[in-house]
Amino acid sequence: MRETFVTTATALLDDPRTTIVLADISAAAFAPAALRHPDRVINVGIREQLMVGVAGGLALTGQRPIVHSYAPFLVERAYEQIKLDLDHQGVGAVLVSVGASYDRAAAGRTHLSPADVALIDTLRDWTVHVPGHRDEVPGLLRAMVCGRDSAYLRLSTQGNARPYPHAGDLRVLRDAGPGAPLLVAVGPLLDAALAAVAELPVTVAYTHRPRPFDTAGLRALAGTEVILVEPYLAGTSARVVGDALADRPHRLRTLGVGRDDLRRYGSAEDHSRWHGLDAAGLRRSIDEFLAAVPASA
Amino acid sequence: MTTTTATDPAALGELLDRTRAGREFGANVYSTLDVLQVLYDRVLRITPETIDDPDRDRFLLSKGHAVAGYYALLAAKGFIPVAWLDDQGGPESRLGDHPDRLLVPGVEIGSGSLGHGLGLGVGTALGLRAQGRLTPRVYVLLGDAELDEGSNHEAIAYAGATGLAGLTGIVLDNRSASHGWPGGAASRFTVNGWTAATVDGRDHEALHTALTGHDNHRPHVVVAVVTDEE
Repeated sequence: MRETFVTTATALLDDPRTTIVLADISAAAFAPAALRHPDRVINVGIREQLMVGVAGGLALTGQRPIVHSYAPFLVERAYEQIKLDLDHQGVGAVLVSVGASYDRAAAGRTHLSPADVALIDTLRDWTVHVPGHRDEVPGLLRAMVCGRDSAYLRLSTQGNARPYPHAGDLRVLRDAGPGAPLLVAVGPLLDAALAAVAELPVTVAYTHRPRPFDTAGLRALAGTEVILVEPYLAGTSARVVGDALADRPHRLRTLGVGRDDLRRYGSAEDHSRWHGLDAAGLRRSIDEFLAAVPASA
Repeated sequence: MTTTTATDPAALGELLDRTRAGREFGANVYSTLDVLQVLYDRVLRITPETIDDPDRDRFLLSKGHAVAGYYALLAAKGFIPVAWLDDQGGPESRLGDHPDRLLVPGVEIGSGSLGHGLGLGVGTALGLRAQGRLTPRVYVLLGDAELDEGSNHEAIAYAGATGLAGLTGIVLDNRSASHGWPGGAASRFTVNGWTAATVDGRDHEALHTALTGHDNHRPHVVVAVVTDEE
C-alpha cells in the first residue's frame, strides 16, 4: 500500500496546491518527486511536531498538505498539533500513516499504533479511511486530497485477497437474510472475518471508511445482534454504533486490538492471533457472543 | 514600509484600560505593547482592508496570553470595533483570554498553548514560497519562557538549516523563563544559521531597525529585551 500511496501522491503534485510533508519516513521514496517539486515536497527531518505545524501553516496559505509518517509518530506524538494547528485553526490536511496496529511487530511497542483511529475520533468531522487492499488506495487518496477537510488514511501491510472499491458505505458481501446477526468488518480484517463466519448464518458487510460511519446502512442492515471487527483498538466504533441504534434493543460485540502491551515480537500474523483477530480467534468470540442469543430470537 | 499612521500611545492606553476593565494585567501584557506598535505602525503590510489578501504580511501571535495589548492595537488600527473591548472574555464576546482566528478579524492564528506559532509560521512561509509570493513576510511573536517548548527548537533548527528567508521570529524577552537562556536567547537561533538582533524592547527606533534587518537569505530573529524593573 505504501508504494501505491507514493505513486498516487506523486501524481497529485500536478495540482500546485498539493504539498507533501515528511519527517524522514518515506523520504527516499519521494526523492524523485522532491527533485521536480522542491518547494512542495518538504522533509522537515525527524521533527513530527514541526511536520504537523508546517501542515497547518501551509493550509493557512491555501495549500493542501499530505502529511505522512509512521502511525505512532504521526498521530500520537503530535496529537496536540493535530488538534490545534489543524482543527482549531479551521484548516484541514490529509494524514497518511503506515505501520498500523502491528505491521512491524518485531520492532516492538514503539512502532505499534492500535490507538490511532480512536485518537483521531476524539476530533470532529474527520474522514478516516482504512483500505483493505492496495488497489483501494488511489481512489481514496485522490478523493481526500481533492477535498478541503481533514482526513486520515491508515495504510497497512495487512490486507484482503482482493480489493473492494467504493466501500465507504457498508457493502454487503454475504447476506444471511432478514434479522440475521450483522458483522461489520473494517479494512484488512475482512478476509479473516469472512472465513470466521463461513459456516454461520451471519450477514457480513465491509467498509474502508469507519468515519463518517455509514449509520444509515447500519440501521438498514442490523437486526438485534451486531459484531464489529476493527483492525485497531477494540471498541473504537462502539460509540458510533451505539448512537445509531439507540432507539432499538440490540447487542453489540466489538472485536479489535486489545489494550495490553504484550511485550512480544514475532510477526503481524502472530499478533493477529494473540489479539484473537485471526479467523479462529474471531470464530471463538463470535460463537460465544451468539450463544448468548435468547432462544426466542 | 509604513502602512498606517502612528498609534497614539495615550489612545492606545485608553483602549487597553477599556479592555482591562479594572483587572490587573501581568508584565507580559505591557511588555508586548511597544513591539506591537512598531510592527503595526511601521513594519507590517496589512490593513483592515487587506486581511484576506494573499500577499499581506502575516503576524502570528504565538504567546497568546499577551492578548490585551493585541486587542487594543487591533481596535486602534480598525481591525475590530472598539466596543468589542468592553466585554472581553464575556459570554457573548469574540475576544477570549487567548485569540481565536475564526472569531477576530486580522488574527492569523488561534493561540494559547505555547509552542505552536513558530511551526505554523514556518509552514506559512513555505506555503507562500511554494506559491511564488516573495513579497509577504511572516512574523511570529513568542516569549522567552515559551522558548522552553521543544517544538520551537524543531522549527528553529529546520528554518535555519534550510534558509527560510521569509520568516522573522520575535522573542519578547522579559526574563520569565524558569531556567533562563544563558548566553542570550538569540544564540539559540544564530547557532542554527539565523541572523539576529538583540535590542531594547521599549526603544521604537531600535525595534524598527531590528525588525527590518533581515537579509532575505536567512530567517531573522529579533530579541526584544524588556525587564520588569524598567
